[in-house]
Amino acid sequence: MSTTFAKGGIHPPENKLSAQSKIRDLQIPASVIIPLSQHLGAPAKPVVNKGDAVKAGQLIAKGDGFVSSNIHASVAGKVSKIEETVDISGYKRPAIFIETSGDEWIETINRDPALITSISLTGQEIIGKIGEMGIVGLGGATFPTQVKLSVPRGKKAEYLIINGVECEPYLTSDHALMLEKGEEIMVGIQILKKALNVEKVIVGIENNKTDAISHLRILAQKYPGTAVTGLKVKYPQGGEKQLIQALVNREVPSGGLPVDVSVVAFNVGTAFAVYEAIQKNKPLFERIVTVTGKSLKQPANFRVRIGTQVSALIEAAGGLPEDTGKIIAGGPMMGKAIASPEVPVMKGSSGILLLPETESKRGEIEPCIRCSKCISVCPMGLEPYLLMPLSQKALFDRLEEEKVMDCMECGSCSYTCPASRPLLDYIRLGKAQVGKIIRSRKKPA
Amino acid sequence: MTSTVLYTILSLSALGSVAAIVLYFVAQRFRIFEDPRIDEVESNLPGANCGGCGYAGCRNFAETLVKSQSFEGLFCPVGGNETMSAVARILGREATAKDPQVAVLRCNGSCEHRPRTNRYDGVSSCAVVSALYGGETGCQYGCLGLADCVVSCTFDALHMDPLTGLPVVDDDKCTSCGACVKACPKNLFELRKRWKGNKKIYVACMNEDKGGVAKRNCAVACIGCTKCFKVCPYEAITMNNNLAFIDAVKCRLCRKCVTECPTDSILEIGFPARKEKAPETPAAVPAEKEKPDEIGA
Repeated sequence: MSTTFAKGGIHPPENKLSAQSKIRDLQIPASVIIPLSQHLGAPAKPVVNKGDAVKAGQLIAKGDGFVSSNIHASVAGKVSKIEETVDISGYKRPAIFIETSGDEWIETINRDPALITSISLTGQEIIGKIGEMGIVGLGGATFPTQVKLSVPRGKKAEYLIINGVECEPYLTSDHALMLEKGEEIMVGIQILKKALNVEKVIVGIENNKTDAISHLRILAQKYPGTAVTGLKVKYPQGGEKQLIQALVNREVPSGGLPVDVSVVAFNVGTAFAVYEAIQKNKPLFERIVTVTGKSLKQPANFRVRIGTQVSALIEAAGGLPEDTGKIIAGGPMMGKAIASPEVPVMKGSSGILLLPETESKRGEIEPCIRCSKCISVCPMGLEPYLLMPLSQKALFDRLEEEKVMDCMECGSCSYTCPASRPLLDYIRLGKAQVGKIIRSRKKPA
Repeated sequence: MTSTVLYTILSLSALGSVAAIVLYFVAQRFRIFEDPRIDEVESNLPGANCGGCGYAGCRNFAETLVKSQSFEGLFCPVGGNETMSAVARILGREATAKDPQVAVLRCNGSCEHRPRTNRYDGVSSCAVVSALYGGETGCQYGCLGLADCVVSCTFDALHMDPLTGLPVVDDDKCTSCGACVKACPKNLFELRKRWKGNKKIYVACMNEDKGGVAKRNCAVACIGCTKCFKVCPYEAITMNNNLAFIDAVKCRLCRKCVTECPTDSILEIGFPARKEKAPETPAAVPAEKEKPDEIGA
């Protein structure tokens, strides 16, 4: 029996169309739009003005507050404006627009591709530098990495878990990265290990990426204390709490953090970004993005500068297919349909999926027949069929009691519902309201 | 045979009498006194249980009215002054008259004025959409058109206009209970003073974007040009965040602002037509049609 998490889960068609595609560098766009809110927490404050010349890697916005992150220019050029624009979230938010003039990087970045394995910095220095370089969790939640590395007093991390699960169908950016940058990821892991002062590392990869598993296993032999574990393919195994359960069989308490069970988890993409930041002084201004879709000519994995418009990626992958119904930022399960292809790629964008018209339609909503399928697939042990009407009727106290805040919006309930009920839509609405109530409760104290 | 019947009747009667006596004393002992005026007040309330007064139904409101010392902050918007004075008579108090109000939608971003930039095909609920993203058009402040307000209205005073995609308030049915104000996630409804003949002048826009951006996304957006603010002789107009607001109490319906507005975002409704120009369909070339002397209330 292979390892996986205990509760719920589904297995949607994997559709990893771009699995065999090598990472290609996307042409540097003529202009980039760099949103100031690419991470979880407070938006960054711009430190450049309209008309300023910037180089790739230069700090253009500083993290504002403890949970925030620095943002760097991804191209060399001139700041043309700082203005609100619609980003992937669908809301208007401030962003820095840069007209590209070339590809000059700031001098401190080491552009030599040779692997550097020796780590000269101390743990505290590493955490500080990661914060400076604007590294955030690249699995999708975009939580500032330096905050995650700062383990609260009184708590101790025992395991470092590296997430190479990539359980979302279609997406292959982590897969490609593991195959091509395995050694760098391994060094990145050592850096994280040093920063956290932990001994045990487990890399979790689903069994549909056997090549990545065997590749990393061979590399891991050089690093004592690092294990690579294959996992049974099941969505949403890439969820932090699910992965922790699958690998070390510990349950993160409701409302708690992984560090409460002495575990800290990072995505493989984050480990790679940490390697580049620490060993090469390179801030996070590019990432791997999968561009995929059944009708797309060449589904591929691109190395993309942050701020590149989605339309440029689609163009590079063979152009927008005629039958496209939705453009989704992220995977089909947790991704979000975007309102326009002109929105920019952000730090958390792992993929762009073009769903054909026929597949992007939602079914007609029918009454709930109490089949309880949603309960059996919910990885958090919630009761989606109940949460939806509670949210519709604005019974927020009840919603809170039913642990709506534990929902991680994986969408397994909506996926499995035979009556195509919009369970997640309403749960998300309820979560937003309950979250507001909880925050307002905390404020006066 | 007969004796059996007799005994039965006697024993049951005795039992019944004992129970009656016990119940009588229990009722005396545990009697709850309820002010009879509560029933009387309640019978004078509209009985719609809409919650417009802020209390859980008419009974709850009646109880509050009877218990309270004054009518401060207590008003039934549905029954209006008539109901409140009837209640005041019962309770022997003075009711302060309030201007009757009506709900207005502060958005005129119809399909024609505000082009769609994307299509939403999820759940038909404004609340869900507004928690998800900015909406189907470039304007993030405007009506989402999924009729949460229509669902919330207990008086059938709101319905969707299929042509404009916007809800329409039926002034005669609207009781200004405020359910739509609460239901709209974009806060587009406002309760405004109700003029005679349901005349209305208001800025039908909530867009706080800068002028250029607002105008690009909607032809009838308020661009914050302050022309109306400058022309208003009664200081009824205030400017805030690139948006004009007309105070319905200070406004005297002179309509100067309407002619001044370059984007037709100020609506005049219920007035006799001014020559040709109707407010709903902005003319291609706005001709000079100012009537500076026209002041009517």
